[in-house]
Amino acid sequence: MSKEKVKIERQSMPHQEAAERIQNFSEVALGYNEEQALLEASRCLDCKKPTCMEGCPVEVDIPVFIKHIKAKEYQMAIDAIKMKNNLPAICGRVCPQENQCEKHCVLGKKFTPVAIGRLERFAADWEFKQPSETRENNKGKSGKKVAVVGSGPAGLTAAADLAMFGYQVTVFEALHTAGGVLVYGIPEFRLPKAIVEREIQGIKQLGVEIRTNMVVGAVNTIDELMKNGFDAVFIGTGAGLPNFMQIPGENLNGVYSANEFLTRTNLMKGYLFPEYLTPIRIGKKVAVIGAGNVAMDSARTALRLGAEESYIIYRRSDKEMPARGEEIEHAREEGVKFRLLTSPVEIIGDEKGWVKALKCQRFELGEADESGRRRPVAIPGSEYEMEMDTVVMAIGQGPNPLVPRTTPDLQLNRHGNIIADETSGQTSKKGVFAGGDIVTGAATVIQAMGAGKKAARAIHEYLSN
Amino acid sequence: MFEIIRKETLAEGIKLFEVAAPEIAKKAEPGQFIILRKDERGERIPLTIADFDRNLGILVLIFQEVGRSTKELGCMEVGDKILDLAGPLGRASEIEEYGRVVCIGGGVGIAPVYPITRALNNADNEVISIIGARSADQLILKDKMAEISHQLYIASDDGTIGQKGFVTDVLAKLLADEVKIDLIVAIGPLPMMQAVSEVSRPFGVKTTVSMNPIMVDGTGMCGACRVAVGDKTKFACVDGPEFDGHKVDWDLAIKRSRMFLAEEKQAIEHSCFGGECQCQKKK
Repeated sequence: MSKEKVKIERQSMPHQEAAERIQNFSEVALGYNEEQALLEASRCLDCKKPTCMEGCPVEVDIPVFIKHIKAKEYQMAIDAIKMKNNLPAICGRVCPQENQCEKHCVLGKKFTPVAIGRLERFAADWEFKQPSETRENNKGKSGKKVAVVGSGPAGLTAAADLAMFGYQVTVFEALHTAGGVLVYGIPEFRLPKAIVEREIQGIKQLGVEIRTNMVVGAVNTIDELMKNGFDAVFIGTGAGLPNFMQIPGENLNGVYSANEFLTRTNLMKGYLFPEYLTPIRIGKKVAVIGAGNVAMDSARTALRLGAEESYIIYRRSDKEMPARGEEIEHAREEGVKFRLLTSPVEIIGDEKGWVKALKCQRFELGEADESGRRRPVAIPGSEYEMEMDTVVMAIGQGPNPLVPRTTPDLQLNRHGNIIADETSGQTSKKGVFAGGDIVTGAATVIQAMGAGKKAARAIHEYLSN
Repeated sequence: MFEIIRKETLAEGIKLFEVAAPEIAKKAEPGQFIILRKDERGERIPLTIADFDRNLGILVLIFQEVGRSTKELGCMEVGDKILDLAGPLGRASEIEEYGRVVCIGGGVGIAPVYPITRALNNADNEVISIIGARSADQLILKDKMAEISHQLYIASDDGTIGQKGFVTDVLAKLLADEVKIDLIVAIGPLPMMQAVSEVSRPFGVKTTVSMNPIMVDGTGMCGACRVAVGDKTKFACVDGPEFDGHKVDWDLAIKRSRMFLAEEKQAIEHSCFGGECQCQKKK
């Protein structure tokens, strides 16, 4: 191992200071400048047998793009990334790299891993600053048409790859804006909507048509798409049905699903009310139930909307929190309070039907369960109340029923998720493939993208035979 | 973009739009709704489909101007285009031959009850309709309802048209007279639908109501439209909007409908409707 290289420290990410950033919705992490990117890229050992790629669900050729950054060949760097990944500016921002590429980085075994995600973001952001070039457009070369249902990470990835294979691709999006969770869920301060829009523009340049306001399962069905000229369909409708805890008081005013809370704020720009007409009301004290990325996004959003106190309430301990390390750290810096080993048992309302308090119970960790995590066990008699104005349920989502309900021959599992082959996305219905949260249940952006990528390849194979 | 091809003022504050939306019109069924967003700053507003013409590709929307969003919508004119419109959403009404049905519409609720009434009439039911409004000049679709009903009763709060009183007074009388009723469909303000359900409950007549709670996406994704039905929480957008009126938790529904009252007021104050309004003048 080169001594020079290990001497260089992992470049930290420039960011808005916590006190300042909770006053605005602007991006928290500001991105490397060129000098930092070059220093960070120079840390890459250029391993003979690189292992970082094993951790990437969309198979980006990491050593090659880093080598190009090192040589200041930024266009070549972004081109190398885009061979595999059509949403690099998004992945560079929201992927949990610590569990993926960076987890497998050889340098990370003894020291800190190369900041692969930050370099990916650097390359993508560099490209955005260049005069736009028209991308190669294979539109309809094959003469076959593919419909993609849902324009979230799975759908966009499948659409882009299919377009590059030469298919004429139409994406059907139910909402008024394309992007799925990238626009309604992930907040502006973590993923600016202008970035999502530019990535989607890039996918459109590949020849992909995106139709918004098209609720498949309502305005048309999968069968009708097949009948009306589409040779294959990819379903990436996501996890579109929020879970609640089934505790008393959940329908009080002031209880939101995280989806509603974030959609009002992000997609509908509730933080600009009454300039934008969709309201969001939070009061002074906000409790977010859950500790995944969506929960962190909600708790941090609450602070930016003016909450005086914002809590994460989670029944396991900090070790089990499913959110990315960086998100938890950012939330802590911003003043989000963590009440761990705690779970709500009841939401208490006032006479007008508004949330007044949250009744919680303390937990301790018992034996490990089937997921390998220690099971939280309630401590009898440990209930206590916290005064609260708003409660946000961020405990996951079930599958949206609209497509399955209108596609009777699509096999579902007992949770209502579409059953699809893990490597191809093939469903029980001929010519119909599925991937992302509608298959796996709520997961990450990059996992959905990986599923979209695999399905695109499988659809290509299916349509080539 | 969805062009408004006809506009009509049905009553003070109640407007009708015919909108070109061929794909949605082709699939629309009685009982379903759409979500629209007037422009970039707009809310997503759910509106029950008042009528549709599959051949002409037209949706008929009827709405009451209650808050800022519906007031702004009411300022749109023929030729203007609604930015976003998605649907048809929700489950369609269950139309079959029940026997004798009573269709009740209150206020602007007469609009969504109209296509259901027509479908029930076409399905060979004997249709008794009861429509009501505050006063004669607020009563909409009277003639159209008359065309598709075997009997039409009218009630108004002030007695300026039909019988003085509420639609429930008419229903109570029918039930007391032992008219055999196989199904009641009631759409209107929450207190009206609640009252209808309470009147029919002792007689055990199945009563279907259409809920119009606060929504955001309208496709199941946000869960804002929670309605407690029996001991279960349902999402009006994907499980409804029609539910068994005898099982709906009305107290909760009314409280939830008031969730953003303060913000609605603030939005109005912040708009031209709070003071001098240009678009209103234009009329």
